[in-house]
Amino acid sequence: MKRRAFLFTVLAVPLLSEADPKEAQEAIARLVGGAKVNKGKVTLDLPQLVENGNTVSMSVKVDSPMTENDYVKAIHVFTEKNPQPYVATFHLGPRSGRALVATRIRLADSQTVTAIAQMSDGSFWSQQVSVIVTLAACTEVI
Amino acid sequence: MVFCLFLAARAFCDDRKSGYDFMGPQTRQMQDDDSANPAMFWVLDGEALWQKGCAQCHTKGMKGVAARYPALYKGKLVNLEQRINACRVEQQKAAPFPYESRELLALSSYIGQQSRGMPITISVSPITKPYLDAGRALFQRPQGQLNLSCSQCHDDNAGRHLAGAVIPQAHPTGYPIYRLEWQNVGSLQRRLRNCMMGMRAEPYEFGAPELVNLEFFLKWRARGMKMETPAVRP
Amino acid sequence: MARAIVKAPSQAKKGEIIEIRTLASHSMETGYRHSDTGKPIPRDIITRFVCTYNGVEVFSADLYPAIAANPYLAFSTVATESGKLEFKWTGDNDFSVTESASIAVL
Repeated sequence: MKRRAFLFTVLAVPLLSEADPKEAQEAIARLVGGAKVNKGKVTLDLPQLVENGNTVSMSVKVDSPMTENDYVKAIHVFTEKNPQPYVATFHLGPRSGRALVATRIRLADSQTVTAIAQMSDGSFWSQQVSVIVTLAACTEVI
Repeated sequence: MVFCLFLAARAFCDDRKSGYDFMGPQTRQMQDDDSANPAMFWVLDGEALWQKGCAQCHTKGMKGVAARYPALYKGKLVNLEQRINACRVEQQKAAPFPYESRELLALSSYIGQQSRGMPITISVSPITKPYLDAGRALFQRPQGQLNLSCSQCHDDNAGRHLAGAVIPQAHPTGYPIYRLEWQNVGSLQRRLRNCMMGMRAEPYEFGAPELVNLEFFLKWRARGMKMETPAVRP
Repeated sequence: MARAIVKAPSQAKKGEIIEIRTLASHSMETGYRHSDTGKPIPRDIITRFVCTYNGVEVFSADLYPAIAANPYLAFSTVATESGKLEFKWTGDNDFSVTESASIAVL
């Protein structure tokens, strides 16, 4: 992502490589089929003000006993303004013990990130978080 | 801040803060945990290079060395990277590693890590004072298209925001750093060149004496602060 | 050259939930960047991570360009028996790195 940063004015990020929120919605629709996405059980942890969009610490926790009969099968993460909506899919199971994953992601702009937990009983649960992404000062690109 | 001029005789109100203190908790955690800090890849590579080429002579390791660089070598002020290359050329009869090469950064990361937690110890003698004065002059001189000096941001406006980022005090406590913006490890000179480009000024070339003088002044300005290499910075 | 760093406990109590932290050395080139001359830089990322415990998959992840360089992945698993934890990263251009760790379960 080639970016320019002037000291006191900020040029807009090139718009060619921005996805629109519809793509994220379509990706989520493909995942859940016709099922309802419930709000809750999922805690998506992201900093409110991101220091650098290149590396953003993210963790997702899901409230689940993680037993043979009741566990999180997968956690899917989507963005709405990155060039494409997929961030990662984490595959868990009863052997996970707890549903908690952490990684670092890239965010191209201030936007809403969505985490969806896919449960063993076929239900889907989600949480959305809005983050503000600013440009780094003093970059190498003039 | 107004009452604590770095250049005047010190009246023990040390409000100097590392760039670490200006970072958010998640970025600090990246630095604190060696198993989560990407810079450790460079440290491990440096260790491998060290075992192959340096350990035979430098049997006591490099504890405290990075904390006192830049330093004089054969009458000239050099930074750690230049000192490593001097050894390669003179003692090992090998080609110097290019600036910002993986090998050179790996070695300076590995050596730097051995000073982690130790105070920066730069002392000035009559021989090194001209370098310090030159470095200070550069730090205070308005330059570039915006006619800005380093001092205007990093002394007068540290803690305030610039393009969404907090302006740190510019104490080089953790170099070479893993900079999130680079998604890579880089040297202090790379960062200084970034700053100069950001100020719309012509940056000095890697290894230029002006940059070494500036490194020397910045390390002296940060004397007593703890080394954090390998640090993580936004 | 160090390719991956793994932090996992070397021993645990049976039934204990252990935390595993992994870091892989990889630039995760997104495929959306262009060089100075305008040429597109092709995508080159890690696409999959798998952790097996005595041969059984206990955690895996599908990764996309939105994962930051030098991917960090932390997850948990239940300490069921002594043995070997294996970690495998695969991706574009036949990228493949494996690491392992032994665990003693009491």
